[in-house]
Amino acid sequence: MEIKFWLNGEKTQIQAEPDALLLDVLRSLGCYSVKRGCETANCGLCTVLMEERPVLSCSMLAARAEGKHVVTLEGMQEEAKEFGDFLAGEGAEQCGFCNPGFIMNVFAMLKELEDPSEEEIHEYLAGNLCRCSGFMGQTRSILKFLQYKKEGGAQK
Amino acid sequence: MLKIKEYVKVKDLEEAYLLNQKKTACVLGGMVWLKMGNRNISTAIDLSGLDLDMIEETEEEFRIGAMTSLRTLETHKGLDGYTQGAVKESLRHIVGVQFRNCATVGGSIFGRYGFSDVLTMFLAMDSYVELYKGGIVPLEDFAKKKPDRDILVRVIVKKRPIKTVYLSQRNSSTDFPVLTCCVGLFADGEARAVVGACPQRAGLVQDEQGILKDFCSKDLKAQEQAAVSFAQYAKERVKTGGNMRASKEYRSHLVGVLVKRALLAAGGMDNGN
Repeated sequence: MEIKFWLNGEKTQIQAEPDALLLDVLRSLGCYSVKRGCETANCGLCTVLMEERPVLSCSMLAARAEGKHVVTLEGMQEEAKEFGDFLAGEGAEQCGFCNPGFIMNVFAMLKELEDPSEEEIHEYLAGNLCRCSGFMGQTRSILKFLQYKKEGGAQK
Repeated sequence: MLKIKEYVKVKDLEEAYLLNQKKTACVLGGMVWLKMGNRNISTAIDLSGLDLDMIEETEEEFRIGAMTSLRTLETHKGLDGYTQGAVKESLRHIVGVQFRNCATVGGSIFGRYGFSDVLTMFLAMDSYVELYKGGIVPLEDFAKKKPDRDILVRVIVKKRPIKTVYLSQRNSSTDFPVLTCCVGLFADGEARAVVGACPQRAGLVQDEQGILKDFCSKDLKAQEQAAVSFAQYAKERVKTGGNMRASKEYRSHLVGVLVKRALLAAGGMDNGN
């Protein structure tokens, strides 16, 4: 079947099987940041934004992307670099495998929650698993990033 | 692996109903459960073009479209206020935000899954399902039936004043629940206690001995006594089983603990607890 959607701001048209999952379609289009880390819709590595909401692309039929705006980490390089510096600065990065899905959900959180508390941050990001660390570095990096944004962010 | 031969985004409920009469057809919810199985689906029926992904609130009721995501349910201010945060509590432990943006109310209720936090929560309220052919049916009756070929259109919750408390026990955060429990104390005197993930699907604990009669109007001491005795009654009455997450005995123990806690918390709400 034919599916038309926006991928990282560009109109995209593909042919896909009716049971194709969005995750596999995105990877076939070169978005290798989108990964399958589990088979149980639990790890959050496949997180992409659909109409600005974080969804699990491993559980989403590609057919359901018809007419929708899908954003992957490939489409947010600048923002990812800005936040990535904070992650690296706190030593949160180890193997880095879970990182793209995590960053996408952080962006979704920043859009949805206004000035989140540490508890709210943990709750929002509970669906992103990291098997190297205990999430402490990630939490510190988000708190510092929020502070940096509050103080004017990139303008400074 | 899940296989789908044909995908149809239906134009109306009649089309969905007709397509769904074939046994190999399947109505899609959020697919987070479905995609883990090995089903061969001839026609995947997608209701997502029918504006059923929203909650309408009127003076008398909440009308929750079958395609409403669990996240939309969780963040709905009206439901949050009506249930004193219980709806949010029943949902926030389910995997993560991305998952709850996919999973739908209709999928969780129609599937009558044993692990369903959603079913446990709704059974404690004055809830109904709206079926395309079957009309409006009390959720309690619907939950007992096996899935058929009808189409679940909406879940309706009547705004009968109620105090609700939702509790669940999980081995680790974001995992399936080991046991779920929701207590609903209606202002008109009816008390409901629901236990789920036994691991069988949620059901009401029928108060055949009237232990919870006039529970809300009792003083704290009498409430405590009634809660202890109903918790014991529930523990004996609710059929539990063992699986990889917990033994039958542990679940039965939890039935007593959670039912008592939820009753006391709901009963004490007026006293600032």
